[in-house]
Amino acid sequence: MIEDLFSSAVLIGILASGIRLATPYLYATIGETFGQLSGVLNLGVDGMMLMGAYAGFYITFQTGNPVLGLLMAILVGGLMGLAMAFISVTLKAEQGISGIGVYLFGLGMSDLLFQKTLGTVETVSGFPALHLPILGSIPILGDIFFKHNIMVYGAYLLVPLAWFILNKTTWGLKLKAVGQNPAAADALGVNVSMVRYITVTIGGVLSGIAGASLSIALLNVFQQNLTAGMGFIAVALVYFGGWSPGGVLLGSLLFSTVNALQLWVQVKGIPIPSDFATMMPYVLTILALIFAVRKVNQPAALSKVFDRSEG
Amino acid sequence: MKKVSAVIIWMVILALALVACQPQATPEPTEAVVATEAPAEPFRVAVVMPSKINDLAFSQSMYDALNTVKNEMGAGQFEFVYSDNMFVVDDAAAAIRDYATQGYDLVIAHGSQYGSSLVEIAPEFPQTSFAWGTTVDTFTDQGITNVFAYEARSEQGGYVNGVVAAMLSKTGTIGVVGPIETGDAKLYVDGFRAGVAATKPEATVNVNWIGSFSDVALASEAAQTHINAGADALTGTAQMVVGAVGVAKEKGVFWFGTQSNQTSLAPEIVVASQVYKFEVVLRQLIELVKGGTLGGQAFQIDLANKGEVIEFNPDYALPDDVAKAAQDTISGIADGSIKITLP
Repeated sequence: MIEDLFSSAVLIGILASGIRLATPYLYATIGETFGQLSGVLNLGVDGMMLMGAYAGFYITFQTGNPVLGLLMAILVGGLMGLAMAFISVTLKAEQGISGIGVYLFGLGMSDLLFQKTLGTVETVSGFPALHLPILGSIPILGDIFFKHNIMVYGAYLLVPLAWFILNKTTWGLKLKAVGQNPAAADALGVNVSMVRYITVTIGGVLSGIAGASLSIALLNVFQQNLTAGMGFIAVALVYFGGWSPGGVLLGSLLFSTVNALQLWVQVKGIPIPSDFATMMPYVLTILALIFAVRKVNQPAALSKVFDRSEG
Repeated sequence: MKKVSAVIIWMVILALALVACQPQATPEPTEAVVATEAPAEPFRVAVVMPSKINDLAFSQSMYDALNTVKNEMGAGQFEFVYSDNMFVVDDAAAAIRDYATQGYDLVIAHGSQYGSSLVEIAPEFPQTSFAWGTTVDTFTDQGITNVFAYEARSEQGGYVNGVVAAMLSKTGTIGVVGPIETGDAKLYVDGFRAGVAATKPEATVNVNWIGSFSDVALASEAAQTHINAGADALTGTAQMVVGAVGVAKEKGVFWFGTQSNQTSLAPEIVVASQVYKFEVVLRQLIELVKGGTLGGQAFQIDLANKGEVIEFNPDYALPDDVAKAAQDTISGIADGSIKITLP
């Protein structure tokens, strides 16, 4: 029974599944990390993902070209991000509540559009799995890492890119200054509003891509509430990851791999009630949040509105 | 600052309203009824269902049945309205009460989770007939006389699908993607297992309960896991299985559907779907209500009364011996010569 889980086929399966499942979380968490590091808590991620998922799916369905679908998801996600930035930066709204508003808007609007334009569940041919030459034929490692679709690779390439932008560029440092002490950054001539507009829009774009990674790469279907709350898990994973790209990579992979593990636990008939198995990833994430997270990295101005006249 | 918060509050209200409005009663577009020689009042039905009318699963099966009955009786004789996407039982209860207040002849609570709401509401509207499914409980033991019950014997179609899956599977491993281990889903899966066991006792049926009716991504990964574990035939129930069908299509393994015909999702690999024909029950209910009986009886759809039908995908050429075995199983279950023993 339990030893069945340790055969190489199963381990390869678990790790490959974990890598695939982590893809939408990675896009969404990296985007959210940018926003939060600059001091904006965006709880609308799930709604933005849904809009991106729908837009990407619809365009792919109409044109048969997932690249156009992805571009549309980027555009729609970016618009949703701009809207969130307008609400939280220009209108200075309470971020938690307005984020929920954006989520509900995305949930309702994506469903409405889906009902009006498609009306029923359809399938598309999205991005196919690519077996990378040479790398894909490495035994074991090739099966785990190099037989995914292009959006999976994109998610993992994003991690070092985000790390570089945040830690090695002037703009990245400005961004973090805005999140730690917007008044000081402002005094030094950093345009706080502009920085936050850009980060929240990046968050929107990446959320849109996260949604598209589901609807036109991993699942190739769209359904009402396709994301089923993934965007909220992504927000939690940003805390989990301590606001660093490496941290959220770890968090996303842990959550997804445990999820993949519980699927195998059931398939192998290990006598654990299915309810406990499905609980595993969530329980583990909570435990990790309690024991492992260093609070020191939290941006000091997170979810605080910046008003120059009050500074 | 004040002005700004007012703007935000309005935006949130707007967003909430958008979501709140979406599951509201959507009257069927009926052609303008021209006052002609048919002055008879149409029979009016209201239905509350948990998911969307186009979920290719549980709710769609009821919606399709209502449309069938409407076509049979004619738009002037039969009207129906529905509220879909009523996952929240409280909202569903409010909708059921609304419909009862509006004087519908028959109010259908299409979801086993709505039972306790009906116990409260039905006695307040003794002139209205209610129907609740899928269940066998009509609450007559609680002195309630205006509730009908209906259930789907989904283990029967599950058994047939199991027989066919066992015969088609070359690896002898078959995967099942289920939502939560209860009710209709459990019944179907148990029937499927029994069908496989009766046909090919040495075959393995792996079952995965993903713990959600909506997590399409996890359903998809569960299907992937089954295939990695050697499965070459898959089935699953509830509305999140579209994710699993997608994987089956991509990997070219057989798919067996239930609740609605899922062939349109993947014509290449869907072999057969168990389809619910709730109109079998609806017709009887309508006659009873017209005759003055408002409740107290339980109905079922099954293979014998053609309330459950196995629809084969015409584009998939089923080998003759398998097709024959499937037909024999269907008629065997219908005439009672095949008994399904559930675990």
